Amino acid sequence: MTNSICLLLSTDHQRCDELFTAAENAVHDHHWDIAGANFQAFLRAARRHFDVEEGILFPAFEQQTGILSGPTQIMRREHAQMRELFDDLESGLGAQDRDRFLGTSETVLVLLQQHNLKEEQILYPMADRALAAGVPQLLQRMREHGVA
Amino acid sequence: MHESAGYSGSAALSVDQAPPILVPFRFFLTAPLFGTFAALLLLFLGPAAWASRWSAGILAATHLMALGFLTMVMMGALLQMLPVVAGAPVARAHQVSALVHPMLVMGTLALAWDFLSGGTRVMAAALALLGSAFIVFIAAITASLLRARAAAATVRGMRLSVAALPLTVVLGMSLAVIRTWHVALPFATLVTLHLAWGLGGWVGLLVIGVGIQVVPMFQTTPPYPRIVAENLTPMIFSALLGWSLLRVLAGHAAPDSAGAFIFLAALGYALYAVITLALQRRKRRRIPDITVRFWRTGMVSLLACALCGLSVLWPGGRSPMPIQLTWGILAIVGFGVSVVSGMLYKIVPFLVWLHLSARPDGRGRLSNMKQIISVRHANIQFWLHLASILLLCGAALAPGWLARPAAAVFACLNLLLGLNLAGAWRLYRGLVSGSARS
Ligand code: HEM
Repeated sequence: MTNSICLLLSTDHQRCDELFTAAENAVHDHHWDIAGANFQAFLRAARRHFDVEEGILFPAFEQQTGILSGPTQIMRREHAQMRELFDDLESGLGAQDRDRFLGTSETVLVLLQQHNLKEEQILYPMADRALAAGVPQLLQRMREHGVA
Repeated sequence: MHESAGYSGSAALSVDQAPPILVPFRFFLTAPLFGTFAALLLLFLGPAAWASRWSAGILAATHLMALGFLTMVMMGALLQMLPVVAGAPVARAHQVSALVHPMLVMGTLALAWDFLSGGTRVMAAALALLGSAFIVFIAAITASLLRARAAAATVRGMRLSVAALPLTVVLGMSLAVIRTWHVALPFATLVTLHLAWGLGGWVGLLVIGVGIQVVPMFQTTPPYPRIVAENLTPMIFSALLGWSLLRVLAGHAAPDSAGAFIFLAALGYALYAVITLALQRRKRRRIPDITVRFWRTGMVSLLACALCGLSVLWPGGRSPMPIQLTWGILAIVGFGVSVVSGMLYKIVPFLVWLHLSARPDGRGRLSNMKQIISVRHANIQFWLHLASILLLCGAALAPGWLARPAAAVFACLNLLLGLNLAGAWRLYRGLVSGSARS
């Protein structure tokens, strides 16, 4: 259990969540510099997370189970939706437009959380079970890409 | 790996997108109407209704709220949430909701009408409609909960809550039969069981089961302690079960040991309320959040109800009628309506956004959820809600003064909730038909 896909990627979710909230709080307090730094850190972490999933985990899962149009497809679609919203947030931040940033971040928070919920409750445990013996090697590759 | 055959079934596709938007929305949009009916009824009847919790007006209002508001929203939310939380979408969710919703609406109105008219032939219709609605709903949800792959504590809470529902319904229908056709069965025991399984089972267990999952996520709090998350709902369910068996077997003859079980269930609820309030104090996000406010109100009310429940161990027997009425208000409005409203303010804007963004032409029109329900209107509604809890409790104690003002404020809050939700729905319809034309 300590060395599972579920644990590694859920921990990474938490790290992304914390950076995201820190950025939101800073915007709320009109601290635009802190907000910018936190938001950029969040973007790097979130994009890396998506890339590792789409580049390593999902292909391995699809190959092992033969399910191509199942959960991984839906997760990819939600990643795309979030990437679009991240762009919105970035321009809101650039324009120092507090209402726009916080309005969109409300959407992102809910989308992100329900996405994480589905991954942590369903997809990751499924992947841990399906990939069984291949898990350690997969974890190694994900760590090499900076997910720790 | 040898399980891979299992993944090719429907469970493999279970991380699916939401059901059609109308599946949950028809339930969500109806609930404030029933709240308004309950309020107008209390306004019309005035102080007379508050003489006893067994008055026709209170019984009708109780069920307009318990069935027409709480159960209404909970049904829509379960149909919506099962794919996300449990990985088990409800088969034919669209047909299920289109079938169940009108039967629940008409059945609840018929039941309320029967209470008010002092027992007429409407009861048979009410029972047929409600019975059919619950059979279809419970069958559909059970099928999906049995398939659920996620082994989480949340799924367990949902299963136990849905298990409490048929008990509540069968007990309620038995009471109705006794009332209407004067069958000789122990009415008092059955009422207590019905109430406990309805509020402490169906409503309470669903709130805890879902709450341990969604409170940390959407309200950015630390997680619930593992031992609590894993064991709380089974503990409460077992306590209710043990108590029910004792009551049925021994009737009023076994108050001591039965009291210990109720004590345990109340302790579970008190624990949940206290932990949730403590977690909310440690939430990371500092932006004012209407959902957090509603949940806080709900948890304070739950704590008050649970403390009353703990007091069953005190000697001295029954509490006076105004206290019993206050307990019911805190349970149904203070706890149930608060928690449900808080959830609606999160889920409704998100669903509107989600369904718009899923349309190729709807994308980019609306990224900001705060444009869907105005923060100011939601806040006004929250303050009206808080005021109406206090006024309704006041009406239980001093009906002569407060019955009508309390009912009036309660009507306003339900109307405003309805307007807020209907506004979100109109916006969605407008954008969809607008993009269809252009
Ligand atoms: C098919 C559905 C239901 C039917 C037919 C039904 C029927 C009844 C009846 C006949 C009574 C006793 C009335 C009397 O004293 O004469 C009662 C009481 C009560 N019911 Fe229901 N009920 C149903 C569902 C529910 C649900 C789902 C809840 C809660 C979530 C609920 C909560 C209550 C409460 C709290 C009382 C006690 C009222 C009081 O003490 O004043 N009922 N119900």
